[in-house]
Amino acid sequence: MAEALAASEKPLPIGSAGKHSGGWWGVMALIATEGSLFGYLLFSYFYLASQAEQHWPPEGLPRLLMPGINTALLLTSSVFVWASERCLRFGQPRLSLAAMAAASLLGAAFVAIQLGEWHSKPYGPSANLYGSLYFTITGFHLLHVVIGLVILALLLIWIALGYFDHRRHAAVTIGGLYWHFVDAVWLFVFSALYLFPYLG
Amino acid sequence: MKDAVETPSDRTLARIPEVGSAPIGSDAERHLSELWESAPGWRGWLSTVDHKEIGLRYLVTSFIFLLIGGGEALIMRVQLAGPDRHLLTPEQYNQLFTMHGITMIFLYALPVLSGFSNYLWPLMLGSRDMAFPRLNALSYWLFLFAGLFLYASFPLGEGPNSGWFNYVPLAGLEYNTGPNIDVYALGMVLLGISTTVGAVNFIVTLFRMRAPGMSIDKVPILVWGTLTASVANIFAVPSVSLAFFLLWLDRRNGTHFFDPLNDGKPMLWQHLFWMFGHPWVYVIVLPAMGIVSDALPTFCRRPLVGYAAVALSTMATMLLGFGVWIHHMFATGLPALAISFFGATSLAISIPSAVAVFAWIATIWLGRPVFQTPFLFFAGFVLLFVMGGLSGVMTAAVPLDLQLNDTYFVVAHLHYVLLGINVFPVVGGIYYWFPKFCGRMMNETLGKWSFWVLFIGFNLGFFPMHVAGLLGMPRRIYTYAPNMGWNSVNLVTSIGSFVFAAGILIFLSNIAFSLKRGALAPQNPWDAPTLEWAVPAPPPPYNFAVIPFIASRHPLWEDRLDTAEGRSNLQEGYLLMEGRETLGTTALDAVPDVILKMPDDTYAPFFLALFGSLGFAGLLLDWNRFTFLMTAAAGLSLAAWMWPRQKLVQRLPGVNGVTEAGRG
Repeated sequence: MAEALAASEKPLPIGSAGKHSGGWWGVMALIATEGSLFGYLLFSYFYLASQAEQHWPPEGLPRLLMPGINTALLLTSSVFVWASERCLRFGQPRLSLAAMAAASLLGAAFVAIQLGEWHSKPYGPSANLYGSLYFTITGFHLLHVVIGLVILALLLIWIALGYFDHRRHAAVTIGGLYWHFVDAVWLFVFSALYLFPYLG
Repeated sequence: MKDAVETPSDRTLARIPEVGSAPIGSDAERHLSELWESAPGWRGWLSTVDHKEIGLRYLVTSFIFLLIGGGEALIMRVQLAGPDRHLLTPEQYNQLFTMHGITMIFLYALPVLSGFSNYLWPLMLGSRDMAFPRLNALSYWLFLFAGLFLYASFPLGEGPNSGWFNYVPLAGLEYNTGPNIDVYALGMVLLGISTTVGAVNFIVTLFRMRAPGMSIDKVPILVWGTLTASVANIFAVPSVSLAFFLLWLDRRNGTHFFDPLNDGKPMLWQHLFWMFGHPWVYVIVLPAMGIVSDALPTFCRRPLVGYAAVALSTMATMLLGFGVWIHHMFATGLPALAISFFGATSLAISIPSAVAVFAWIATIWLGRPVFQTPFLFFAGFVLLFVMGGLSGVMTAAVPLDLQLNDTYFVVAHLHYVLLGINVFPVVGGIYYWFPKFCGRMMNETLGKWSFWVLFIGFNLGFFPMHVAGLLGMPRRIYTYAPNMGWNSVNLVTSIGSFVFAAGILIFLSNIAFSLKRGALAPQNPWDAPTLEWAVPAPPPPYNFAVIPFIASRHPLWEDRLDTAEGRSNLQEGYLLMEGRETLGTTALDAVPDVILKMPDDTYAPFFLALFGSLGFAGLLLDWNRFTFLMTAAAGLSLAAWMWPRQKLVQRLPGVNGVTEAGRG
């Protein structure tokens, strides 16, 4: 008890202060559960692929150029989100705004290219088992990117409204963490759907 | 204000929390009451984020589902009471046993425990609310709407009808063309969201919201149980949500995940379902075991024997619980190696379970038992737990399981486990905490009657099912021929089920009677050791007038236990009354870390849940525009919810002339 009392003699931060905030812990838990969701999706993919009797993927090995570029775009957007938070922390709200805008544009470009990829497939989700898996898994991810983009747009507005400075910007930390997750999980999706067939 | 913002030592961004006391009736106490009270009338009802209100709603709602599921069971028992009865058609029977399973397992068993934990956690942990009060409200509303959703088609004779584990291809479009399975599939995804957000709330609450000094080795076992269940939910629920979503895609959007004609694999369903399903079994029993571990010692007049062992065995059970799912699939022709591995883990799970059982027995043995109603329920639970555990070990043995698979033996086992380990602790827990919930004691005579009628009815009803199973009676048959040798066991089972129902009626009348006429309850009627008994009954809206300092596991028994750990201080502590505030502490040692600003009551969770659920209804009815509209509305509700508030110090106080006016 003496310890607890002693600890209270220093000022405590109030409200949503970075990693002290409940939201930071909450989004970590959200990432754990969303990560498992993608884990189960990829489990289903490998489970079905390992027992498939058709050619896998049916149209032959996937082309890597556009998906590769897209992967780079998404990872770069993560760097900008990280930079945006750093800028806020070092008292540069304008730079932060610019970085967040760049991240949003890169994210939007990813969505556009991914939709193009979908369009170029000669089959749809109901044509065969591979199509079902391909469109469902990338669709799940694309949905997460779109939600992430809405979050980035909100962060952009809030930074522009001057809501945050170096002391209070938990929303950017938390929203940014979610975006990093969406990008990191793409690496797993990309490896499973585009690189794994080359191993077979 | 402008000056204040530019000063680094601004009191709105950091301050030393004031220590003091706020006895009932003092100015400080009245101020706290005003801060934390919900508005009267329907406004407060729809917008409240008070964990006590939400916890009680969870309890009442899930108990109503229990009664509905029980009614379904009784109808089935009338049908099965004798051979060749035709009260129900096969299709009606299919829907009844499916809805019975869904209701009990998903709409009663976990939500009722969430009700206890929601109500009790902040009181046990010495906090003023859960970590995310609004998320808590959202989780309740989604649970309610998902329950209504799952029941939407049942009155029209189109309810889910392929059993609660819903195997494909029977649940696929080829054999099941109506809306029955779509309702189940989408309803489960919706319910999964509720479960997940609830679990996140419990996890963060445990790590952040404990009173200062309450290090991780001082929390009640109920907290360990619910924490373990919540962590499991985070990892297990996505599996079943995904399985149901893929099934819905297969049924309504032409994909081929489970479609054997196009390389899909029905076994994928079984894997995804049971990877969730078996951890779920522990999700719905571990918190109930926690109820017993916390409440039983009160009636044995001594602390629980082996606190650390019980806490660790709780987590060990869950850890092993993730590696046993294939014991539901022993008869599917999987390789012998896989089957032996999963059979071995299933047997191993009896070790941590036995640790807990021996801890309870030792607590009773070494204590001085007081034979009041809650004690009877908890002691009865121990007996039923052992019986359910024994039949569990039997079905974990592969050769025997091949014989018992899909017979009434399995039905007997799962009812011993689920009623024994869930319903008995829950009813005992309601007897125990009712004085805290409602400020009145429950009637002791009626209480003892309800226990003995329930206990006898339960064993009379479910024990003969073991025999029926050994005699070869398959589960899920709507009737049977008179010469099978199953007549008497089924008649006894049906009689027992009605005796059990009578016990529930006695319990309900006790509640109704005690709500009005029960003796007024003192603050700590059972002379219990834990923190929830240190607040008035029923607790004030702010829970604790001051955030207490905690020095031991039994803050209210420190004088007589004479622990070396020092004394807790419940009278003096942090006042924290500049708005709705509570203390955040560090994850392991519970050292004060942050002053948390807690949200006001808000409609956002209600609307988010409403629009979200309507979106699912749109998917079900194939109204694409409506679904899109509802998704957008849900998105707007979420954005309004997340909008950074000055009041919560999520953004800078008073800058750029952006005011907080007009926003809650």
